[in-house]
Amino acid sequence: MTAEQPLLKVSNLSRFYGGRIGCLDVSFDLWPGEVLAIVGESGSGKTTLLNCVSSRLQAQAGRVEYRMRDGRLRALSDMGEAERRFLMRTDWGFVHQNPADGLRMTVSAGANVGERLMAVGARHYGHIRETAVDWLQRVEINTDRVDDPPRAFSGGMRQRLQIARNLVTAPRLVFMDEPTGGLDVSVQARLLDLLRGLVSDLGLAVILVTHDLAVARLLSHRMMVMKDGRVIEAGLTDRVLDDPREPYTQLLVSSILQV
Amino acid sequence: MSTPLVVSEVRKSFTMHLRGGLVLPVVDNVSFSLKAGECAVLGGPSGVGKSSILKMLYGNYAIDAGQILIEHAGGFVDLATASPRAVIDIRRATLGYVSQFLRTLPRVAAIDVVAEPLIARGEAAETARDKAAELLSRLNLPEALWRLPPATFSGGEQQRVNIARGFITDHRILLLDEPTASLDAVNRAVVVEMIEARKQAGTALLGIFHDDDVRARVADRIIDVSAFSARKDAAA
Amino acid sequence: MSAIEGIARTNFAYLDEQTKRMIRRAILKAIAIPGYQVPFASREMPMPYGWGTGGVQVTAAIIGPEDRLKVIDQGADDTTNAVSIRAFFEKVANVAVTTHTRDATIIQTRHRIPEAPLSEGQVLVYQVPIPEPLRFLEPRETETRMMHALEEYGLMHVKLYEDIARNGHIATTYAYPVQVAGRYVMDPSPIPKFDNPKMDRSPALQLFGAGREKRIYAVPPFTEVKSLDFEDHPFTIQRFDKPCALCGSTHSYLDEVVLDDRGGRMFVCSDTDFCEERREAGHVGPLGVPA
Repeated sequence: MTAEQPLLKVSNLSRFYGGRIGCLDVSFDLWPGEVLAIVGESGSGKTTLLNCVSSRLQAQAGRVEYRMRDGRLRALSDMGEAERRFLMRTDWGFVHQNPADGLRMTVSAGANVGERLMAVGARHYGHIRETAVDWLQRVEINTDRVDDPPRAFSGGMRQRLQIARNLVTAPRLVFMDEPTGGLDVSVQARLLDLLRGLVSDLGLAVILVTHDLAVARLLSHRMMVMKDGRVIEAGLTDRVLDDPREPYTQLLVSSILQV
Repeated sequence: MSTPLVVSEVRKSFTMHLRGGLVLPVVDNVSFSLKAGECAVLGGPSGVGKSSILKMLYGNYAIDAGQILIEHAGGFVDLATASPRAVIDIRRATLGYVSQFLRTLPRVAAIDVVAEPLIARGEAAETARDKAAELLSRLNLPEALWRLPPATFSGGEQQRVNIARGFITDHRILLLDEPTASLDAVNRAVVVEMIEARKQAGTALLGIFHDDDVRARVADRIIDVSAFSARKDAAA
Repeated sequence: MSAIEGIARTNFAYLDEQTKRMIRRAILKAIAIPGYQVPFASREMPMPYGWGTGGVQVTAAIIGPEDRLKVIDQGADDTTNAVSIRAFFEKVANVAVTTHTRDATIIQTRHRIPEAPLSEGQVLVYQVPIPEPLRFLEPRETETRMMHALEEYGLMHVKLYEDIARNGHIATTYAYPVQVAGRYVMDPSPIPKFDNPKMDRSPALQLFGAGREKRIYAVPPFTEVKSLDFEDHPFTIQRFDKPCALCGSTHSYLDEVVLDDRGGRMFVCSDTDFCEERREAGHVGPLGVPA
């Protein structure tokens, strides 16, 4: 049964920037439907790790394996460029902190959502548009904005559009880099709630990079704490936050502002 | 009578790295078990480690030594060494927890907060919501509040949402951390009835109750946590 | 020979033999991979970029003393660009020139395909300003090359989607993107989409030269050329509601000609040779006079 097997296996992944460590010897498994938060301060290597795992950045050592839809576990390094890119725009999603990095700002919201469908061969305008409208509804964007470019959208709407654009091909794994960063608190709350709902409805596996422990608490099942490129503590999100073991984790947790 | 929870020789301390590695012992050699259909109550003065024990049993606190065996999916699993994934599965199917305070989520309505654990176990959303409505009305939460997120509710209202959420499933083990603390007499009586019903249904319950009256009515036995206390002042 | 004593004459067809060989190699590669843009070392020509330097270099590389050259600009043989290029080859290659489509062995064109059907053995040389069909959607050349290599053409349809979303139909009317032999997406140069169907399975060899961009690409004879579209918005060509004012043709591409400063105008064939031949054959349009 595939549900009993990990979706993603990361082994001993390392990446250096010259003599400096980006991330060092990171290993973990991710299971279908599981949300894993990677937390740590700026420069702790969490984004480097995310980029290496998602093959946006080449790791210098280690291995990333992914269970394809046919159930076989494949090393990403063994795939050709074409296959890897196909995987990235069908079975994977990537939500950037800055929506402008993940959207085409000058084409309409409908085309932004429809692009992945067209990339896998959808050639019926009416159907593509219907699907786009449906997804705008799911991410709570008024459907009369379907022909507006994201330039005309607020930050929160752009982020929701970016999420719709990624989810339209029903990916099984989504990478998120600070998806709520830079948004107002009220906008952030709405987005978090939307993400929580989508993740559980669609059974998505998510690797979520965030420096916000409250976001990690709300969305993730499991957590890895990074410092200086290394994973220093990992475990159930509740456990890491309620009973942090490592000095650095205790510092992080004790630094959360109480409202 | 089966024994779905066995705790043996559990030790827990906190190491405060921010205070020079100060080690705060909490409990040592905690050993007890819980039978199906009984309600055991953790006793002892405050600060002795009662809440900590519940948090260990739910997996929120890691332990230094010992075993927490939980009957789950046809076998026993040691919660202390189980993978995060296994702990999540145990929480979903076997182990319920009514905490003292509700962790509220933005924009999620009270009725959905209550229904969620049932939906997570595969129940249809409609059925789960009906069951949630039934529990909320039994706990006298005004229907006008059901569709609102509980963040702005009073302490007592939040607690009732929390209780309903804990009792909506038929988890075989249920941990209760002062579920009646901010309730009035009428609702306390409802909770006592609900606990009685769960005992009848064979659930193993472990709770902390500061209210002597409630404790006297639900407790089959008292587990004196002072006996496990690793703190010298508390043990003295 | 009328060369002035002491001044070197140019090589046949202006370019030196090494350069012609280099361009021919690029052309052969382009024919071998239909629709693929082959880089080549574009030379400085005695005319500015944008005046057809790519097409001129391709023509120079393939032309021989026996060829008969026709040059058109927007369908006309008598516009400045066409006249000067024709004169250029008359001078540097001493070849025969013609304005008749069927008599030409090589036709160099800017922005049109002749109306008369081309035949086997003819070569159509297009002048191309921007060879990259993905350019306006993805400005990075590294990325567009990767997209061609991996056949990632979803973006092309994003453009057509936007057209329909904004205008209710595909509003692209010229440089309408095509897919060649089921593989490479290609910019057909700024010909009207009216001409796109003529490219499909044409018996003539079609060569495309972009001088400033240093690219050559090709469509070999009898190759499938399909205009991109949607199932529910199929590709269609322009239709004109009037016949050619001079020859009465109802199935050719028409240009609008302003007649006076009082709003007078007429629509005439953009292919001057086609129009003249029809008039010579006795066809007369509403404003025409019998030949």
